[in-house]
Amino acid sequence: MHSSGVSIWFFIGILLAVYGALILGYGIFEVATGHLANVVLANLHASLWWGGILELLGLFYTINFRPGKAKK
Amino acid sequence: MSMLGFVPPSVAGGFAGSLPALLAFSAEPLAHLRSLDIVVIALYFVMVLWIGFYLKSRANTSEDFFMAGREMTAWIAGLSFVSANLGSLELMGWAGSAYQYGILATHWYWVGAIPAMLFLGIVMMPFYYVCKTHSVPGYLNLRYGQGASVVSAISFAFMTVLMSGVNMFAMAEVMKVVLGWDLNFSIIVSSLAVAVYVALGGLRSAIFNEVLQFMLIWGGALLVPILGLVETGGWTGFKARLAANIASGATPAGDYTHLWRSMGHFADNPMGIHWTGIVFGLGFAISCGYWTTDFLVVQRVLAANSLRSARLAPVIGSFFKMGVPFIVILPGLLGLVVLQNPDGTLMHLVGQNLVTPGSGLHSYNEVLPLMMVRYLAPGLLGLGITALIAGFMSGMAGNVSAFSAVWTYDIYQPLIVKNARDDHYVKVGRWATVLGVIVSIGTAYLVMNAAGIMDYVQALFSFFIAPLLGVVLTGMFWKRATRAAGFWGLLIGTLTSIGLWAWVYVNPAALRYVALSADAKTMAEDMYRALWSVIVTFIVTIAVSLFGKPRPVAELEGLVYGATKLPTEEPVPFYKNEWFWAAVAIVLFLALNIYFW
Repeated sequence: MHSSGVSIWFFIGILLAVYGALILGYGIFEVATGHLANVVLANLHASLWWGGILELLGLFYTINFRPGKAKK
Repeated sequence: MSMLGFVPPSVAGGFAGSLPALLAFSAEPLAHLRSLDIVVIALYFVMVLWIGFYLKSRANTSEDFFMAGREMTAWIAGLSFVSANLGSLELMGWAGSAYQYGILATHWYWVGAIPAMLFLGIVMMPFYYVCKTHSVPGYLNLRYGQGASVVSAISFAFMTVLMSGVNMFAMAEVMKVVLGWDLNFSIIVSSLAVAVYVALGGLRSAIFNEVLQFMLIWGGALLVPILGLVETGGWTGFKARLAANIASGATPAGDYTHLWRSMGHFADNPMGIHWTGIVFGLGFAISCGYWTTDFLVVQRVLAANSLRSARLAPVIGSFFKMGVPFIVILPGLLGLVVLQNPDGTLMHLVGQNLVTPGSGLHSYNEVLPLMMVRYLAPGLLGLGITALIAGFMSGMAGNVSAFSAVWTYDIYQPLIVKNARDDHYVKVGRWATVLGVIVSIGTAYLVMNAAGIMDYVQALFSFFIAPLLGVVLTGMFWKRATRAAGFWGLLIGTLTSIGLWAWVYVNPAALRYVALSADAKTMAEDMYRALWSVIVTFIVTIAVSLFGKPRPVAELEGLVYGATKLPTEEPVPFYKNEWFWAAVAIVLFLALNIYFW
């Protein structure tokens, strides 16, 4: 899969990283402004940590499978 | 996703609890998307199209277009294998069944999938892979000749596009109910996106997108059960709240949290099923029929880069399949205790027939979107909706890419244009993809105007699966099976299935004979019908073979157990060995069944 062209994991990484940034950004906005969304357990700030997890996963895949990186 | 045994009771329930009823949701949209949600959904469409355009340059030969160059790693093939089967309608329908029937719905993910997936990987895959077939009808052609192959190819191609259309319509209805989107908008946008990325990049593009969709389904849906468990105080807290609700009469009495205890008699459980039906009908006839002979899923594994990857892919897939109940069944169960009406009282979801505009009621099948709306803030809700759209698109892409391969290799090439150049077949494959999508759209609109057709289509599809299993298994493990036996086994097995279905349709009282009990319900009928038809197929195939002349063993090299020398695999560390992981999967499967016994 890695022998020719860009790996699928790179595409997945990019999308997850963008989603992570958007959701994490919203989570930070919520914490900063104290303006919580009208959902149950909003006090747990799921956007913050779920967005963070998506961001980390996304960056991991994007960097690890970026085009041109030597593959094992 | 696209077969009767794997759609929820409310969908698969034939004429009593039919699919049109599933779609009779309440009038007000459940969710109101914010701009952040729209951005998340739009980005998903941009990404799938980008992947399609990017991969176009790598889909020039037929091997590239139809087999993804046979270069998929075990992980990619395995995730795509599971993803092609995960439809959004299935996700929502099974969550609704879990709310209605409890944990019994999990049988369709565990006993109804795991043993068959492991059997495919460990036992059957070597034969599919070594004979280098392009498809399951292609295997039948090599083993039994053109008769059985053409029957199977035509039925598969026909049913695949019909099912794709049915699912497309159902998805558009879901989007209308959950988001208030126009039916035409949903149908055109989603099917055009699938047509573009599959026609451009072929199977590789379908597989890439399925892996992407798989990640999104988990990323978008997993948060719901996590937050649900936090709210209820874990599984123990959930059971305590459920017990309190049942004691107070707020929730109908029943065993919602055990898999096998109520399976001793048809009348003891709400699905009207006996454990023999679950184990032999679902676990063997339907499940093996689907996971080992439905080309929609097998195609993904045939694209693996080595025999070891091809064997490991279903094993990897089995772990994720075991996990799916946590994002489907668990939210449905949690909905039993956490969903509330605006006035703070416990919400009661109801059957579709009770949901009328203005009633303020919601149906069982709305439990998953209701749970999403309950917990997911802007952005996260968009991701959850994207998970549903991704589920639909991965199922549809699976249908059209499999259709295109079977049409080109098993119908067009042997029957219409035999010896054309390779690029001609690639062109035919691309057009077949577009044609498949157009026929699907046509079916969707046909169903929109005559919803009853859906039930027939679902039933039709189920007729072919179990007999195909009987013929493939006999051919793969018995050298004596003859060419004629394959054709007659397939034909009479299918007629048996149709005959039993028609018998119960004309005379519902016949259910007591087909499903062995007057207390049996429709779900049990599906299982026993599949079991009887596979048994008849075995008997016919064996009987016809005994009267015929067997093929010389030399001709069966690569096709049949005992006549095939399997390539020796390079030794690998245990953690890369398919046998090791299959053993782990079996232990985990047994442990889960015992824990939730």
